[in-house]
Amino acid sequence: MERSARLNKILLLVLFVPLSLLILLPFYAIALASFKPGKELIRYGLNLKLDFSVMSLDNYAFLFSGNNDYFTWFFNSMLLTIVQVALTLFISATVAYGFSAYEFKGKTFLFICVLMIMMVPFEILLLPLYRLIFNLGLMNTYSAIILPGLANASTIFFFRQYLLGIPREMIAAGRVDGASEYGIYLRLILPVMKPAFAAMGILNAMGSWNNLLWPFMVLSNPSKFTLPIGLKTLLTPYGNNYDLLVVGSFFSIIPIFILFVMFQKYFIDGMTAGAVKG
Amino acid sequence: MLKNFLYSQKVAPYVFVLPFVLIFLVFWLYPLASSAEMSFQKVMLGQSAQWVGFDNYAKLIDDSMFLKAVMNSVTYTVMTLVILIPFPMLFAVLINAKFMWGRELFKSVFFFPALTSVVVAGTIFRLMFGEMEGSLINSLLGIFGIEPVKFLKGHTTGFVALLSLAAWRWMGVNILYFLAGLKNIPDDYYEAASIDGASTFQKFRFITIPLLKPTTIYVLTISIYAGMAMFVESLMMWNGNNSPQNIGLTIIGYLYRQGIEKNNLGFAATVGLVLLLVTMIINLTQLALSGLFKKEDA
Repeated sequence: MERSARLNKILLLVLFVPLSLLILLPFYAIALASFKPGKELIRYGLNLKLDFSVMSLDNYAFLFSGNNDYFTWFFNSMLLTIVQVALTLFISATVAYGFSAYEFKGKTFLFICVLMIMMVPFEILLLPLYRLIFNLGLMNTYSAIILPGLANASTIFFFRQYLLGIPREMIAAGRVDGASEYGIYLRLILPVMKPAFAAMGILNAMGSWNNLLWPFMVLSNPSKFTLPIGLKTLLTPYGNNYDLLVVGSFFSIIPIFILFVMFQKYFIDGMTAGAVKG
Repeated sequence: MLKNFLYSQKVAPYVFVLPFVLIFLVFWLYPLASSAEMSFQKVMLGQSAQWVGFDNYAKLIDDSMFLKAVMNSVTYTVMTLVILIPFPMLFAVLINAKFMWGRELFKSVFFFPALTSVVVAGTIFRLMFGEMEGSLINSLLGIFGIEPVKFLKGHTTGFVALLSLAAWRWMGVNILYFLAGLKNIPDDYYEAASIDGASTFQKFRFITIPLLKPTTIYVLTISIYAGMAMFVESLMMWNGNNSPQNIGLTIIGYLYRQGIEKNNLGFAATVGLVLLLVTMIINLTQLALSGLFKKEDA
């Protein structure tokens, strides 16, 4: 028994260690490339050669030199992510509270509408939304990015599930104490939703930070570009921006990595929120 | 007076859900309806639309490029299902095994790629699958004496690159889904099976797989969705919407080409509606499947 347990353990490691290395390989390749001149990349391709004679911190020096738009994009992305996530979470939580705490006429119908949004891929709405944003004169504004996603269906759904687990007595007790309906929500309910906010906050922040297509369609002014759009513009056929592309790509992963290491549990809760319904 | 009205228990719920109603009407229902309307029109951005009846639909049926896009999207979707369901399920079961060492570490490592954006991951994979002899994948193939491959110039090899990207980014997430599903299977079942002398494989086959069905259906559904709506991965891999002989053209890529690049919004809207129809059929099938499961369960 003891021996077969040890054998199993070793067999599992024989499978998982190489697999993990394979998964880490692209990260290693891009990290390595971030220390090499873009010319090397163009000439020899992205590779694993550890050649110290061509490696330097030049790309990093250029990244932080201020002679490029990288940190404009970086801070645009950061601003957009923070505003978008804060507004989306608050509004989605408000809506979810309405659905979970009350019985009212039209509730079932409206909730079916929430489910319907979840069932239709956003990409289908790209063109009519594009036209709408154009007609509203919102092209090239962050509102065009934030507004359509404000009442985020899957976030509402998750919050509602979470709120259904909160005892109704809390609300009743609030009423007895003379709090208004909104006071109950703002002062009693919001504070107990913290774990749910953390999970959905991370999920939404990742979506927002990494989002390319819709922002790419509505933003054309380079000073408003987000990080994914900016990085995409560096990918030219001539490869003349590869120094910045490689170091910028690698650098953009770091903030999310730090957040992941700090809040791993919430990342996993957020990512698997849809699946665990028993 | 107004304050009392707004603060009453009857009105408050409507105030709470009002933002959803507004967003739903303006940014979901209206665009969807206008998409349906546009499919019967010739529309250019900033110009008034003309009614053209079923012209867009007729054109679409005869459109070989659209057919190609559909084939590409379907192939991609089917292949992601083949890769991203059985393997994550198996890996989740192994990670969950009693003997597993460093469980949390491996879970994290598998999850890392999901933290990257399509832009960054796509850039890395585009470069890794570069056609030069020294590019990562070609240099690995070189070890086995295989000549350098021009991955992004051929249909099959292009898909190898695209699917590697998908597998890399989503393997860890799907493992997490299956791990969450495994948590819901009571240990007693396995203990009872052990007492009855069931082998490890039999336990996997007759306990794990059937009881993971809700998770599997969920993963299946979201994978089909993501697969059929895939576009940005292709956009990054080929650095634009034009791949050689359109080997990377997807349904949404075609919608984007017609709508945004050619300003042919009516025709593009028709493409979108076809995709909507397909996803609706998938949805109904999924609901039927999971409904069926509930009956078995009861």
